[in-house]
Amino acid sequence: MGVSLSVPTRRRIDRQRLLDAAFRATTQSFALGVLVLLGGIMVALAAGALPVFRKFGWGFLTSEAWNPVKENFGAWPAIYGTLMTSLIAMLIGIPLALGIAVFLTELCPPIMRRPIGTLIELLAAIPSIIYGIWGLFVLAPFLQLTVQPALVSTLGELPIIGALFAGPPLGLGVLTAGVILGFMVLPFIASVMRDVFATVPPMLRESAYGVGATTAEVVRHIVLPYTRVGVIGGIMLGLGRALGETMAVTFVIGNAHRVKTSLLAPGTTISATLANEFTEAVGDLYTSALFALGFILFVITFIVLAAAKLMLLRLEQRAAK
Amino acid sequence: MTLYGRRRANNALYLALSWMATGIGLAILFLILWTLVRNGIPALRFGIFVENTPPPGSRGGLGNAIYGSVVMTAIATLVGTPVGVLTGTYLAEFGGASRVASAVRFINDVLLSAPSIIIGLFVYGLLVVPLHHFSAWAGSVALAIIVVPVVVRTTEDMLRLVPATLREAAVALGAPQWKVIVLVTYRAALQGMLTGVMLAVARIAGETAPLLFTSLNNQFWSVNMNAPMANLPVVIFQFALSPYADWQELAWGGAMLITLTILLLNILARALASWSNHTS
Repeated sequence: MGVSLSVPTRRRIDRQRLLDAAFRATTQSFALGVLVLLGGIMVALAAGALPVFRKFGWGFLTSEAWNPVKENFGAWPAIYGTLMTSLIAMLIGIPLALGIAVFLTELCPPIMRRPIGTLIELLAAIPSIIYGIWGLFVLAPFLQLTVQPALVSTLGELPIIGALFAGPPLGLGVLTAGVILGFMVLPFIASVMRDVFATVPPMLRESAYGVGATTAEVVRHIVLPYTRVGVIGGIMLGLGRALGETMAVTFVIGNAHRVKTSLLAPGTTISATLANEFTEAVGDLYTSALFALGFILFVITFIVLAAAKLMLLRLEQRAAK
Repeated sequence: MTLYGRRRANNALYLALSWMATGIGLAILFLILWTLVRNGIPALRFGIFVENTPPPGSRGGLGNAIYGSVVMTAIATLVGTPVGVLTGTYLAEFGGASRVASAVRFINDVLLSAPSIIIGLFVYGLLVVPLHHFSAWAGSVALAIIVVPVVVRTTEDMLRLVPATLREAAVALGAPQWKVIVLVTYRAALQGMLTGVMLAVARIAGETAPLLFTSLNNQFWSVNMNAPMANLPVVIFQFALSPYADWQELAWGGAMLITLTILLLNILARALASWSNHTS
């Protein structure tokens, strides 16, 4: 060492090194806390669910029973409702989101791009409960008086799929919940799609226009194939949201623990069952059944969201290359 | 029709559908806002801010619910923000591409979209069951857990935007790393990090599901954090589904208040973000 430091200076340097290490360790422990949090959620839900899984085993997943008085529980109606409403949500949300993303990246005049994009993103900021109250008082009556009778008298008359649109138009039910969910997930999917569309190299796009492709053809043959992984990731992200969405669904689904073929009939979802029944649940087994539903929901959404994230990561890595 | 004509017709159809989709998206937003304003305005009078939630049939307001929402949102933000900022700091400044950092980033993104009702269920098992009662603390903790991933995400993104030269300049002057981060990097990223906090506040202000089995609800004015506390979202939930016209009117009033607050926060956060992009 050519430089010799005085003792006070060395002491100050040592202190700063110690502070550095402490700062680093603090941030790291909080970061690890996030992992612990996830583990904690898993463990808490699994522990709460244990009594029900012990009693009913795998049969809990497929049983249609839901009888708090006789303490006989099955998850199938709630799982079915969750999957069905999410499926309807995807059928409505994906085309709308795709349309909006194409509009924002290809058609929109540049000065309008930010304002319209922001307005669409604000849809995602509106709380779930507001969608619920709007769905109950505005959308459900509207569907009941116009769309549902039309569905009953057209699609309802067809052979096989007619069963999906049979029965009286009640307004509240699986279909209405699916429609509301579709509106809710639309901004999430649209903003991911818009962002991944923006990663398409201008060169590719312009080459296609250069050889005479129309806008629709550029989207169909250049943009979508290039961003396929990201688009699917965005859709999965929306699906993850739809599966776990609670309040909006609780307002409009009608809360019936039954599996009905008709989409017009009331049903329930995992989250709606939790929101409706949890505080009223008496008896350990009842509470445990609700914890079990929560556990199932968390596992399903975790898988969907993790898949979404992996796909988006893959696209990011490719874009970085 | 010629091939060219068919392609043009096809294109026109696709573009029309695309315009229509955007129109539908915007229409939904404006329809919701219009419904809220039309039904919410009649409920708005001074009393709504000070009077407590009434029994059906008598006059009242949302005073206790507004207080509860503000308090629980504030506590959740105060607890969740430091946790989020420190985690985000680790990811941006120390973790890099290490395995731990990648795992945290991944899990954080999953938690960002995880169903909020699950968080409520978790906090119920964590706090309500052992303590044998619902409480405003439990509600605040549930909301804080939702704040964390939002703040982690924006903090990391914003710290990464700070130019490396800025950090290097500070290091070259002999500053230790913690001083570089706290006094230089944080300061440069402050506006962006603030945006993240505002978005997190906007996110939890309307959250209902995590409060259902943590804070529950309270018909009366209560400042006791160890007891159930009224809050706007749960009151809206309860009142909107009730058969009483005066309760429904209050629900609309509350719904309008909460939505306008959240939209305002979002717009402010965006304005702040774009302003900081211009200045830096």
